[in-house]
Amino acid sequence: MAEMKYTKDHECVYVDGDVVWVGITDYAREALGDLVYVELPEIGKSLTKGDDFAVVESVKTAAEVYSPVDGDVIEANDNMPDDLELITKPLNDGGWIAKIKMSDTAQLDDLMDESAYKEYVENLD
Amino acid sequence: MKETALHSAHVRSGAKMGEFAGYDMPLYYPDGVIKEHEWVRSNAGIFDVSHMGQFTLKGDGVVAFLERLTPSGFSQKAHGRAQYTVLLNEEGGIIDDLIITRVSDHEFFTVINAGCKEKDIEWIRSQMPDDVRLITHFDRSLIALQGGWSERVLHEVLGVEAHDLPYMHMMKTQAPDGSDMMVSRVGYTGEDGFEISVYNDLAEEVWDKLLDHNVVKPIGLAARDSLRLEMGYALYGHEIDSTTSPVEAGSGWIISKVTKGYFGYERIQKELAEGVSRRLVAIKVLDKGIARDGAEIRSGDDEVIGILTSGGYSPVLQGAIGMGYVPPEFSEPGTKIFVNVRGRNIAAEVTKLPFVPSKVKSIKKKAV
Repeated sequence: MAEMKYTKDHECVYVDGDVVWVGITDYAREALGDLVYVELPEIGKSLTKGDDFAVVESVKTAAEVYSPVDGDVIEANDNMPDDLELITKPLNDGGWIAKIKMSDTAQLDDLMDESAYKEYVENLD
Repeated sequence: MKETALHSAHVRSGAKMGEFAGYDMPLYYPDGVIKEHEWVRSNAGIFDVSHMGQFTLKGDGVVAFLERLTPSGFSQKAHGRAQYTVLLNEEGGIIDDLIITRVSDHEFFTVINAGCKEKDIEWIRSQMPDDVRLITHFDRSLIALQGGWSERVLHEVLGVEAHDLPYMHMMKTQAPDGSDMMVSRVGYTGEDGFEISVYNDLAEEVWDKLLDHNVVKPIGLAARDSLRLEMGYALYGHEIDSTTSPVEAGSGWIISKVTKGYFGYERIQKELAEGVSRRLVAIKVLDKGIARDGAEIRSGDDEVIGILTSGGYSPVLQGAIGMGYVPPEFSEPGTKIFVNVRGRNIAAEVTKLPFVPSKVKSIKKKAV
């Protein structure tokens, strides 16, 4: 059964076995404003939790996307740079930026679930 | 943080607010930057630029004083004529860029950048002769109305007929309550448009009336920046600062061929005669990716030749553009270069300004 997880840096994570699909949350998207470009990671790139692996560019700023886990990039969403609307979609419906194969699935326990993330965001402003 | 008189109007419109030059300002409204940008290019938008500084210089010695502070000539300027120019320091670097408008023989109205207000006024006062006075207008707000529909909106909403007002000219008129309102045909977008100076207590009424017009939307600072970048207009702290000269910045046209007593005269004349070691150029990014200010500019041989002073996305060109200083040998339009973004070279080329055709009106008065 797939589930959604969230980071404090506003990545959202769709867990699919030992692979995570990573994107950014609605909160992050709204904070960035109009998006103009997404820079994707190279396939095979090895990541440690907290490493930046992609960059989401809005008109005004560039925001790095950080890996929620240790692992390797196994796929990047090549459609996204040409169709930025995709980032508004749910992760499993085109909204993912990259898929990362985890080396330690126990790290998922450090992430927030939906209700915890909701509470986290509400307390930010 | 400081607030303009229009602060609550922005909050009411649902603006995303953010700090700029010590003020809590609208960055963009719910439509978002790109829609706002496109709206100004095709309709009309209003910008709160009340954070900028407005003041008057007057007195018998004012022309001579302005010709000391700036490299521009003022003795021949007609009443109502506005001049874009720069305040120069003793080394010929730029303290600020500004617009100075001749109100009468011995009175000039001036608008300076928000972030430079204190510094500018301190500098001017430190140099000011006894026969000149500086009067600040911190009791006034400034609303920019920009876009092809501006002249019509100005007439329909505020009853101001500006048909015969040429570009870079100001007219004195009346606000809805009969108080002084100054309307200048100037702007920072490359569109036809006006800057309207009204007393703070009238600002919200004027803003709301303009906003009621169906072709007018409020525009935030983010789109103000992308609009000016498409025109290649300099932004203080980016393209120009206390180390850059107007010759390097491509503003040679503001330098008088007659006046000789201005600060930095020696450097300016030397640069005009012998050339400069760096020149501000327009850069169009050819490949995918967005280069921001601070990115390295590299030659075709991968040698660092400069730094981007501004960079971002052009909604009209739907690609990345920027500006930066490079040695003259790389300044010819068409020169292939790279911009380096996070360690990666992206293909780019030097191009001509503006990036997007300017639609400002003629500066000349119409023959009657």
